[in-house]
Amino acid sequence: MVASQAMTAGAIAANFDTARPTISKHLQILAQCELLGHEQKGREIHYHINPNKMKEIADFIEPFRKLWDERFNKLETLMKKYKTKN
Amino acid sequence: MEQKTKIQAEEGKQELVITREFDLPLELLFKAHVEPNLVEQWMGTRVLKLEAKNHGSYQFKTTDAQGNAVFQANGVIHECSPNRKIIRTFEMENTPFGVQLEVLEFEKITAGSSKLNMRIIYESVAKRDQMLKLPFAQGINMAHNRLQEIAGKVTQ
Repeated sequence: MVASQAMTAGAIAANFDTARPTISKHLQILAQCELLGHEQKGREIHYHINPNKMKEIADFIEPFRKLWDERFNKLETLMKKYKTKN
Repeated sequence: MEQKTKIQAEEGKQELVITREFDLPLELLFKAHVEPNLVEQWMGTRVLKLEAKNHGSYQFKTTDAQGNAVFQANGVIHECSPNRKIIRTFEMENTPFGVQLEVLEFEKITAGSSKLNMRIIYESVAKRDQMLKLPFAQGINMAHNRLQEIAGKVTQ
């Protein structure tokens, strides 16, 4: 949601069934971890995504993901051959 | 391009979830996890033992060209429900990562496609994060070893 535009906490909360204070708490944590940036505009806080931080986390997991991806690709190829043989 | 294998590892949690959709019928996806000779081929390790049943156990071992063990793992199979679920433990021997609990759920999507949902629970958040960093460290080690081999040949 916040990838395409900055949004207020209220607008973000409107997309979830979760209570507004819970969403606010989540947004605060994401902002503390620098995954979201925020700007105060009058009474509202506008949240936007911090792509650099998101990428940092993705990079951290990527080698592990790739390891499993390669294993599963092998599994898929192996079992497709197995299917045609049997 | 969309990534076929997805990993969800929330900050501060001691678990992670791996999901993957396969272009295979459910039965074949499950079979690839319980037949020792099939597991050997896609996991790239020797399977010394694999009793795919409730209260069963398994042992994996990989050796290098000189016969030295480079990877040894074992675990017990708590539950093995054909085409549905496997609950097992996994321990990589001689490493500080501890024992992890793995819950594998197999799901049919269509007659020719299926999904695997694998939840791994570690002993602690720190152990999970250490494990996540491992392939990266292994990749560097492998590159170093390869470099040494090549350098060794050049200097001989």
